Amino acid sequence: MAKIKGAIVVDIEHCKGCEVCIDACPTQVIEMHEQVNGKGYHYAYMAQPDACTGCTNCAIVCPDGVITVYRKKMAE
Amino acid sequence: MSKDLLNEIIQPENLVYKKTKLMTNNTLSYCPGCGHGTAHRLIMDVVEELDIWKDTIGVAPVGCSVLAYDFMNIDMQQAAHGRAPAVATGIKRCYPDKVVFTYQGDGDLAAIGTAETIHAINRGENIIIVFINNGIYGMTGGQMAPTTLPGMKSSTSPYGRDTEMMGNPLKMTELISALPGAYMVTRQAVHTPAHVRKAKRALKMAFKNQIEKKGGVSFVEIVSNCNSGWKMTPVHSNQWMVENMFPFYPLGDIKIDGEFVNK
Repeated sequence: MAKIKGAIVVDIEHCKGCEVCIDACPTQVIEMHEQVNGKGYHYAYMAQPDACTGCTNCAIVCPDGVITVYRKKMAE
Repeated sequence: MSKDLLNEIIQPENLVYKKTKLMTNNTLSYCPGCGHGTAHRLIMDVVEELDIWKDTIGVAPVGCSVLAYDFMNIDMQQAAHGRAPAVATGIKRCYPDKVVFTYQGDGDLAAIGTAETIHAINRGENIIIVFINNGIYGMTGGQMAPTTLPGMKSSTSPYGRDTEMMGNPLKMTELISALPGAYMVTRQAVHTPAHVRKAKRALKMAFKNQIEKKGGVSFVEIVSNCNSGWKMTPVHSNQWMVENMFPFYPLGDIKIDGEFVNK
């Protein structure tokens, strides 16, 4: 069975660290980075990239629209 | 996961979700976790999907979303406090072929603009009203709004809203659903992915109603959080909203195609 892999790209400077995406992620991929961005917010990043399925849940609840989602069907 | 594999996935042909181009790249002026940003993006998503951005005119209110014209990359007009439905009426009557929507908060729509809202809906203007209800005056510092829940604390009701002295919260959506000019009335939320998808469907239906010139106002209420005003973290405020706001402001369709939805 082909496996579906996903990945997110976070617009770090526009992320406000509200953590709503962490709650929305069904596979617990996202965490807040220990570093902060230019505005002083901890920003979202893929802590468990292997688990990402590219479901777009994080991106559609993100109030600031900073998450871009990619998804690819991988060959075995 | 290796860097190579990540680079293999992050390619333009694998793109599944990206912020719509109809949102500008300005940083939103809203607090972290505020539902306004999601609501803005949903409206722009719908406008993009229906490919009506050239013919859409939005009316921004006064309140937190007063700068909506900075974020929505379409034609916008800013109205005086509470007067967005009146301004939208004028725009729609001058340009009947344009798609006109107002975007208002509860301080704008349910307090100072109650008369404009009720009369615009009663006249059955063919416009869309998007009503963001967070039960508080967010921009001015979390004062009590007409929609503040009984017992809810705000900076002007520090011991909780006392309904004997301050009256009862106003359910604007139920109130206006009784008017014959209301063609579609619904209440949605944007705190979880499922609710975001539902809210988007409702907004799409509202825009389609106007494009197809079905008579009357399409009124979409979005129950939102105000974590700064409520003094909570964004995630906690969403939980509080589910536990306290939704029992009083139940989600769902109230009127579709001019007919009441039986529950």
